Amino acid sequence: MKGSVVDPNRIYASQTSGWFGQIIQRSDDGGETWFQPGTPAGEATSSEDGMPKGESNKFVYDSSEETGKPLTTHQFYDGTLKPWVFKRVWHLEPSLDNPDVVYAGIEDAALFRSADGGQTWQELPALRGHGTGPQWQPGAGGLCLHTIILDPDNPQRIFVAISAAGAFRTDDGGATWKPINKGLHSLYIPDATAEVGHCVHHIAKHPSNSNILFMQKHWDVLRSDDAGDNWHEISGNLPTDFGFAIDVHAHEPETVYVVPIKSDSEHYPPEGKLRVYRSRSGGNEWEPLTKGLPQENCYVNVLRDAMAIDSLDSCGVYFGTTGGQVYGSSDSGDTWAPIVRDLPPVLSVEVQTLS
Amino acid sequence: MIVVVLPAHLRTPAGVTGDVNLEIEGAVTRRSILDALEARYPMLRGTIRDHVAGERRPMLRFFACSEDVTHDSPDAPLPEAIASGAEPFYIIGAIAGG
Repeated sequence: MKGSVVDPNRIYASQTSGWFGQIIQRSDDGGETWFQPGTPAGEATSSEDGMPKGESNKFVYDSSEETGKPLTTHQFYDGTLKPWVFKRVWHLEPSLDNPDVVYAGIEDAALFRSADGGQTWQELPALRGHGTGPQWQPGAGGLCLHTIILDPDNPQRIFVAISAAGAFRTDDGGATWKPINKGLHSLYIPDATAEVGHCVHHIAKHPSNSNILFMQKHWDVLRSDDAGDNWHEISGNLPTDFGFAIDVHAHEPETVYVVPIKSDSEHYPPEGKLRVYRSRSGGNEWEPLTKGLPQENCYVNVLRDAMAIDSLDSCGVYFGTTGGQVYGSSDSGDTWAPIVRDLPPVLSVEVQTLS
Repeated sequence: MIVVVLPAHLRTPAGVTGDVNLEIEGAVTRRSILDALEARYPMLRGTIRDHVAGERRPMLRFFACSEDVTHDSPDAPLPEAIASGAEPFYIIGAIAGG
């Protein structure tokens, strides 16, 4: 889920299950009430001239000759070819200037956009169809587009990340895309420096700078100073550079947070100590933040969308765990306290800073 | 009048608390019931059948008069008791899990 920065009362949420598929929910009152923004019950599903009306859970790949791209195949884990099939929405990213515009990253990986508050969705097909799509393979969670970053200084620029294809950028509002994975080095794929095929877990960017990006890859924490054209590793003294979550301080563009996880097969903090690591130098030099966090027998994971930053002067930092705890720090990470302890596994943590 | 029993998970999105009553003209089949259901409750489109191919979602089953009709033709006529509303048409989520 995620709220609009333009209208804090507007929140979008993705609800999905293997039984009943995808449902998009929207709140216009800050989460008090929720509804599906498509055609209401009892109303005709097509207009008088026969045009279909909104179906907010309908995500259909655009393979039309006029605006779309052909539905090719992508690769399964073993390299066999699979058709693109919509499975679910992984991430919703509201526009920075219009509460009715929202982007959705989906599985099988593609980017969709709604301009009517989530009633209807249209694919931005040039991403799936730019050329490398047939080489994309799923990560452990599926072939999912999980990260969408909009740029407040350049509305035409969007960054996305796909597991396990990599990172991509458009500078023309989605008309054309290119992979931005140069500098990524992944030992677990046949060509460690391939153009695509990297399991990018998450990317974070400070709003004030269009070009500086921070990445938590399957293994490795990386940084780019040129909008993803080139990356270099900044794992430095981290106890392990595997992990999922990464975020940037609200007011210090060179202060970065990660939660190191032991390994790809052992999804818990090293030594059972839950530690957020902070770098105030843009990477390489990291300090463990432990005050208020369990330092023994903690075997939870922190997932990619489960960390968030508020915009208060002291910069609050928040993260959730697969054990159902949500921790908050009101002082940039120096000290922590649990906000809640007994939720189901936390997939998503978002913060709204209300005046 | 046809009576449809929705799984509990779909009652909330549909905004209903009990069974659903539908009027159907012509043959009463699984397809005509689902068409009528989706026309009245558009938010259920995609939750029972795929939007594009119209295929049943894999973990759903259909029952009529205690018979499993999940794998029958979607255009096969359903029993008179369903068509008359004497018996409900069940849409059931498969039990998968502990």
